Amino acid sequence: MLPQEVNSIEEKMISPEKAEEAKLKARYPNLGNKPGGSDLLRKRLQKGQKYFDSGDYNMAKAKIKNKQLPTAAPEKTEITGDHIPTPQDLPQRKPSLVASKLAG
Amino acid sequence: MSCAGPGGGSNDVQWCFSQVKGAIDDDVAEADIISTVEFNQSGELLATGDKGGRVVIFQQEQESKNKPQCRGEYNVYSTFQSHEPEFDYLKSLEIEEKINKIRWLPQKNAAHFLLSTNDKTIKLWKISERDKRPEGYNLKEEDGRYVDPNTVTALRVPVFRPMDLMVEASPRRVFANAHTYHINSISVNSDCETYLSADDLRVNLWHLEITDRSFNIVDIKPANMEDLTEVITAAEFHPNQCNTFVYSSSKGTIRMCDMRAAALCDKHAKLFEEPEDPNNRSFFSEIISSISDVKFSHSGRYLMTRDYLSVKIWDLNMETRPVETYQVHEYLRSKLCSLYENDCIFDKFECCWNGNDSVVMTGSYNNFFRMFDRGYQQDVTLEASRENSKPRSVLKPRKVSTGGKRKKDEISVDSLDFNKKILHTAWHPLDNIIAVATTNNLYIFQEKLN
Repeated sequence: MLPQEVNSIEEKMISPEKAEEAKLKARYPNLGNKPGGSDLLRKRLQKGQKYFDSGDYNMAKAKIKNKQLPTAAPEKTEITGDHIPTPQDLPQRKPSLVASKLAG
Repeated sequence: MSCAGPGGGSNDVQWCFSQVKGAIDDDVAEADIISTVEFNQSGELLATGDKGGRVVIFQQEQESKNKPQCRGEYNVYSTFQSHEPEFDYLKSLEIEEKINKIRWLPQKNAAHFLLSTNDKTIKLWKISERDKRPEGYNLKEEDGRYVDPNTVTALRVPVFRPMDLMVEASPRRVFANAHTYHINSISVNSDCETYLSADDLRVNLWHLEITDRSFNIVDIKPANMEDLTEVITAAEFHPNQCNTFVYSSSKGTIRMCDMRAAALCDKHAKLFEEPEDPNNRSFFSEIISSISDVKFSHSGRYLMTRDYLSVKIWDLNMETRPVETYQVHEYLRSKLCSLYENDCIFDKFECCWNGNDSVVMTGSYNNFFRMFDRGYQQDVTLEASRENSKPRSVLKPRKVSTGGKRKKDEISVDSLDFNKKILHTAWHPLDNIIAVATTNNLYIFQEKLN
């Protein structure tokens, strides 16, 4: 048996955790050069999808809305233009989010 | 009145399937992912929150004389949209509507109150019943249209008439703009007047009546963010000492603070930390020691913490090490490399106590969940799945085989489905009824009664 093989078998017997660490370091040699904690922590603190600006955000939302409510446009053209709309005239705002399936 | 049994270990209690809520199909929409489950103090109400910002409350039906062998079923009582997605214009960040936690207030009158929170905003909701409505107005028709006063010839006195029960949820308070980082915990104080909210770096104290002011009681933000080494992962008030609370960290420590000592509780009164064997230290050590949940026992004598592989019980009088340690899924220790690569190592499992603090429960993968009976020193693994969903069918204990030889009915570690995680479980405060949330379904199991 080669010396490396003997070593790795000994390590597995010592700690499965260390064996897993060795596996990880073999795949990602640059891992752990900085203290692993702070990188992960900073990633955790910054959680949340970031957009370039509010315009970017609204464009992204509009893309989703277009898929879900394709019939919104024709209703609007009926109401506007002829007269000043009153609150009773405007179509009911559709709830943008569906009810939970747990309540079904 | 049913009384709580002694425990949940394999000798004492047999668990039966009772109900399952949610869609059957495998295609799970993001919004339907359950993110929190909580019984109220009487156990009559069970609330769930999901990633879509919705809250569903179930109510236990009254025990009927027809079916004495089982406790009441839980049916939908109320459902509402608690939080909506928002956009932080200053940071160009989307604020998720996912409900991180729900906590019930102790009931004081006919209405029920709960606090629900997403990453940034906490809301106090009032859930009230309406079973009568006024009829016989003089100036309004039944459909609400106003009557021309000139047509009214006689006057009558409006009366209350019974109507179909309507359950209304209304937001009573919105506690906003107090957290720069993401809220992970809320906890109502035993004084029933204040509550705390904790994010990654700070803990704030609120008065339930006051929304425009909040006191910061813990701040672990370093002067230089490059020096950041740990974050707050969970926080909870002591169940009966209104001056005491604890918060856990990503380094596996728990700090207990006394609000009588100082306005800012940065200096802990007690520090619970298990010494680590430096020889066993690895790249994963800190990650798997991060505490994902902390819960006081109902008695207030003990503290339970959940880290990636284990559940630990601490005696409040002993800071040096836990009094009990239970391995949830030790077989995962030799899989940490792949669990790191698929991010599962960062999964945040919760844990809970039964009503008399004799049994603790937590979730695992493959829709398995584990119970540890502290008294009998027994543990059991059960599964929440549609295959075991015949009414009142007894759950069979499951086993994961770790060695080479796999016995019949055992499942090997490599066959476990890591997408089926049970992160949220809740135990009825008085009876042996448990609520277990899989990704998008809520299972209710009850103790087998004869």
